[in-house]
Amino acid sequence: MFSGFMMSTWVVATIVAAVAGVVGFFIVLRGAAFVADAVPQGAFAGAAGASLLGINTLIGLAAASLIGALGIGWLGRSGRRDVATALALVVMLGLGALFLSFSVEYAPEIYALLFGEVLGVSVGEIAPVAALGALCIAAILVVYRPLLLASVMPELAEARGVRSGRMDLVFLVVVALATSLTLPVVGALLIFSLMIGPPAAARSLTDKPMPAMLASALIAIGVVWASIAAAYDTNWPVGFFVGAIGAGCYAAGRGWAAFRRTRTTRPGAWRGAAEHGPQAANVRV
Amino acid sequence: MPHLLRIIFQPGFFASAPVHVALFAGGIVAVVSGIVGSFAVIRGQSYAGHALADISVTGGSASFLVGISPLWGFVGVGVLAAGVMDMIGIRRPRGRDLATGIVRGAGLGLAALFLYWDTTHTNTTGAAITILFGSMFTISTSILPVMALLSVTAVGIVAVLYRPLLLSSVAAELAAVRGISVRAVGAACLVAIAVAVSLSAMTIGTILSTALLIGPAATGLRLTSRPGLAMTWAALIGLAATWLGVLLAYDSFYWPPARHGWPVSFFVVTLIFLGYVLAGLPGGQRPRRLAMRPAGSGSGQG
Repeated sequence: MFSGFMMSTWVVATIVAAVAGVVGFFIVLRGAAFVADAVPQGAFAGAAGASLLGINTLIGLAAASLIGALGIGWLGRSGRRDVATALALVVMLGLGALFLSFSVEYAPEIYALLFGEVLGVSVGEIAPVAALGALCIAAILVVYRPLLLASVMPELAEARGVRSGRMDLVFLVVVALATSLTLPVVGALLIFSLMIGPPAAARSLTDKPMPAMLASALIAIGVVWASIAAAYDTNWPVGFFVGAIGAGCYAAGRGWAAFRRTRTTRPGAWRGAAEHGPQAANVRV
Repeated sequence: MPHLLRIIFQPGFFASAPVHVALFAGGIVAVVSGIVGSFAVIRGQSYAGHALADISVTGGSASFLVGISPLWGFVGVGVLAAGVMDMIGIRRPRGRDLATGIVRGAGLGLAALFLYWDTTHTNTTGAAITILFGSMFTISTSILPVMALLSVTAVGIVAVLYRPLLLSSVAAELAAVRGISVRAVGAACLVAIAVAVSLSAMTIGTILSTALLIGPAATGLRLTSRPGLAMTWAALIGLAATWLGVLLAYDSFYWPPARHGWPVSFFVVTLIFLGYVLAGLPGGQRPRRLAMRPAGSGSGQG
């Protein structure tokens, strides 16, 4: 399990999990699960297009996920956000189906892109994944405070001069970047299990944003490690374990939160804002 | 004139049996999705609709394993997932998408496992792609009666509950005051969405399923603020996009680069998207926005 060719898998998977955990924290905070779901599937079109044109898959993924994320932002300005997301998603998938029908890839290759092929990571992939991952984390750290405020209380953020629209765009771009590096490892259909399960669990562990973000990254790393080990032993697809353990994290988090609610009734500061509206919050920013 | 018609309808279009089935099944699914989808859009359940389509794939891949008809796999798991979503809190606006996403993630994880078993235990490599992308031209005629029956079920639920459903979608508090069980009505609506979506996911693939559920309904609600009229628009737009898409896909057999036709889903999705964008262009008669937002949908994030 820890032989030479598996080492690059462990390294890449750890980077991917950390980034997914950090970015996922904001996805959960903003209740933007649909976006986190749609962008990776849209990015799949880019992978199909890249394989058709014979260029690097990572470039195709990044381009398509950026187009998808910006498309959601653009469509969402003139209509409902969930409708915009659904439409951007199906348009990208329609393009993906078109590219697939033109290309001569084997079905298993596409299956790997959809459900992940964690055991096939090569040493050469470590550097680009690490660079993209560092870029994502850096972007999040730079806009950390305004993004947090705009996510929890958009009105207050506007009053303080934070442009919600611009923060939204930054957020979408970061999701797109994180997507393009996570996709080849966990697969298009299950990325967001990794981006939603661990942060949702972390949110019920602590009320403070920074520790919650760190806990989310750590839980995500744990999920991925357990999934790879289980996939290596059973030879079952890694996506199954990521999905199952991610859902298990969420269930455990819900259970823990319910247990804690029976002991104390005070709503947590920033989580209170998300669930009960600004009145219930006492966030100091 | 006959020459022009021959260019639009390539020879053999009306004589081809797969085309007949595609037009018939696609038409049914488009109309049902348009009607049920209007409620999905009004209630802000686009994501639930999309997730249910993906989850029903789990049932489809499981049915290959146990050897039952894929139809029952799709519909059974779709309805089951709708129940789970309702149970773990699909009604709270903020946590709703999260709960939907978790159910979808767990469902797709299972789908990955079932598909893996499908491809290793039985010898059907193409099963994954067929289940995920579907193909209108390969629908078997034997399932058409069951399809029609399930379509009637989905539309029937929405038709019987039309007024309470509409009221509890637009003004949940008012509905509760009038003695409507908002929770039960919402659950019934989700089941109707699940039936419609799993039906379309099986016959035309998950991409088109979401496209037909959300696209025409959202376009209809842009054209008029009257719910009944918007539903009619949605059904008509979905039907037109599907039939035109089938026609274009048939014609595209002779188009470059590959001589095997472009996918139907690409055409249908593109047509639906164009319709939505055109309906939103400024200058036309914009209807006054009714209270068509789900109560407490927040600032429109997500």
